[in-house]
Amino acid sequence: MPHELTFLLVAGATLGAAVAAMALRNIVHCALAAIGAFAGLAALYLQLNAEFAGFAQILVYVGAVAILILFAVMLTHGSEASSSTRASGWAVAALLGLCLALGVGRSPSLWRDAKPAAGASARQIGGALVSEYIVPLETVGLLLTSALLGAVTIALRETETKTSDPGIHEERPPRASEMVSRS
Amino acid sequence: MNGWGILRGMAETMRNFAGSYRDPARLATIQYPEVRLPAVENARTIPFLVFDDNPATGLRCTACTICEQECPAQCIYIVKDTAKKPDYLGKMQLQPRVFDIDISVCMGCGICAEVCPFDSIQMDQVFELSASERFSSLLLHKAQLAKPNEHFRQIHPEEAAATDQRREAEKQKAEAKKAQAAAAAKTAAPVSEGPR
Amino acid sequence: MNGFDQIFVTMAHRLSGAAPAPVQPIMLAALIIAALMTAFGSCFALTTIMERKILGRMQNRLGPNRVGPCGLLQPMADAVKMLIKEDLVPDAADRTLHALAPLVLTVPIWLAFAVLPFGRNMVAVNFDAGILFFFAIGGASELAVFMAGWSSQNKYSLIGAMRGIAQMISYEVPLVLSTVTALMMAGSLSLVAIVDAQSGYAFGWLARWHVFTPWGLAGFGLFLIAAAAESNRSPFDLPEGESEIIAGYLTEYSGFKYALFFLGEYLGLFAVTGLGVTLFLGGWQPPVKALAGTPSWFWFAAKFAALIFLFIWVRATLPRLRLDQLLNFSWRFLVPLGLVNLLAAAVWSWTRPWQFPGSMGVRWLIGGSILALFYCWLGRGLRPDARPARQYHYAA
Repeated sequence: MPHELTFLLVAGATLGAAVAAMALRNIVHCALAAIGAFAGLAALYLQLNAEFAGFAQILVYVGAVAILILFAVMLTHGSEASSSTRASGWAVAALLGLCLALGVGRSPSLWRDAKPAAGASARQIGGALVSEYIVPLETVGLLLTSALLGAVTIALRETETKTSDPGIHEERPPRASEMVSRS
Repeated sequence: MNGWGILRGMAETMRNFAGSYRDPARLATIQYPEVRLPAVENARTIPFLVFDDNPATGLRCTACTICEQECPAQCIYIVKDTAKKPDYLGKMQLQPRVFDIDISVCMGCGICAEVCPFDSIQMDQVFELSASERFSSLLLHKAQLAKPNEHFRQIHPEEAAATDQRREAEKQKAEAKKAQAAAAAKTAAPVSEGPR
Repeated sequence: MNGFDQIFVTMAHRLSGAAPAPVQPIMLAALIIAALMTAFGSCFALTTIMERKILGRMQNRLGPNRVGPCGLLQPMADAVKMLIKEDLVPDAADRTLHALAPLVLTVPIWLAFAVLPFGRNMVAVNFDAGILFFFAIGGASELAVFMAGWSSQNKYSLIGAMRGIAQMISYEVPLVLSTVTALMMAGSLSLVAIVDAQSGYAFGWLARWHVFTPWGLAGFGLFLIAAAAESNRSPFDLPEGESEIIAGYLTEYSGFKYALFFLGEYLGLFAVTGLGVTLFLGGWQPPVKALAGTPSWFWFAAKFAALIFLFIWVRATLPRLRLDQLLNFSWRFLVPLGLVNLLAAAVWSWTRPWQFPGSMGVRWLIGGSILALFYCWLGRGLRPDARPARQYHYAA
């Protein structure tokens, strides 16, 4: 009973945060609500005795992805969505939610008693990652590395065009001392 | 070698840390209210009025109001008394009935002390001037401002010695002149009567 | 082991045992939580005063010595002052986030102490993935810094928050890299297992702490540097560089919220120091075999205090870094050195079967020379003349 209670509480909080992430006006508030939803998911993992997945969820989503989202919001200077965008957004969200609900509802595993899964320790997960799932792991690693390299290339090219401009020294605004000597 | 400078800096701070326990002379600060540094002779805060012998009658001030006029902050307020009193040369001088300095306005520039022709106003070294009341406690009256010449000698020994010396010389000169004048008056008296 | 070593454990069990059976686990948990909060709360109070006194001594001053005997009641006075100060919130601020930020910083940090083993059998929760939990908790502080900086609607706050986040993200990499070596050698993510992996004595007397190996020494150094940066300690206190950006993300905070931020920062420092003790200094293990009978919690406390003193000492010595120096130091020096350190740890692990006389010296030589080589080589890149000088276009 306490387990079900905590599950309901955590699930409710997660859903509430997710709804808030979509419904709030201020985009930074939306991002923070999304982080709340991430943390709620981590709590659900922990309740399922998936320690590693739960902590990794917090570490990756709350620690890194959330900050990335916040930075992106800050850098793009989030503008207020127009009402038509919001309406279509609600429509898409409703459609997606419906599809998901149907998918989950039709899932046979929902209607049969789940066998208690053997808790996977960090050691087991690590072993599986570098033996059984080595190919997907390396593929993901390669993909991420290439994405990183691509990002660096794009970023570096911009600064190169800026610094290779020979006229930059002439174009800089005059210093206060020079202004005095000119006048 | 990378990091060598950091290690040297750490050694220096550790030397300070250990040294401050072993050698109190290293400490840059003192325990202020209990321990006080001797004041520097040239230090000055607010003005005070010098008196000789007696605070009521010995005040050097002649209420000439030069300080009042020169004060850039205009923090001096003087009312002249009608009664006169003799100064150190024996000349009759005016005296202040009211002499107030608003030390909340005074900026300690020392111009009043500089312009005073009677060596009456000098700069003090008191600095614990905080008061619980903003207006009346910071307006110092004649009685609070009057301090003996010994105080002046204590806080500005060199300046006080010079002033005392000059005043003594002036006094002797004045006395000599008086004596001379008296003698001249004695000798001249029959001469002046002679031609008549 | 002897009763004095286990005094806290037996005390907790006795006290919780007095309660009726169904509430005993809850009682035990509450006792542990209360003990941890009291211990580290008073540790915070003590550290604030000791830091000021030590800093004073290192600058040839006396430090605070007025309130109570030797000034030891100064934290109480500070607490009273903080509590009765006016709590100002700017009109433009996002009031909810502004109030939430200090809580987001301070509350999760307490959880980090749950996985630290403070002595033999003295750990609140022995998670299988304890260290992952520790770093997951640390993620909340970045969020708190962002919330504080953004919600204040103040440019200094925002600059401070941006600096803080950039710094925390940059230094989390060397922090984790230096941690990974210890994890690799212990073969576990559990902090209790890591302490156990450092048990036993080399040559029959010297403890087998990780710091007594080349990779452990380098890792410990990397860890300390990264830990100082993670907890915004000088010389990495750019996020609150008061000479440049007032107080960074703390600019618009006052009163109790400000105190909460300080509490959170010090608790973060304590947590990461405790982690350093656990990972590299053998946790609660005594340093030499002759002291094997002494209480384990004493050794944890002693190492902890020594590291805190080291942080204060560094703060008294080093000036603040510039932002570009800070990021270059992390990405050009600490991160590559952390990767090389992984290699050194792997070499150490690979040469473990060597048993010939003097094998320890040879292994030290190999690992040490790898690290020294890269230390010098990477260090060249940090010299001021290693990169073209910065051009200031707007500042004369």
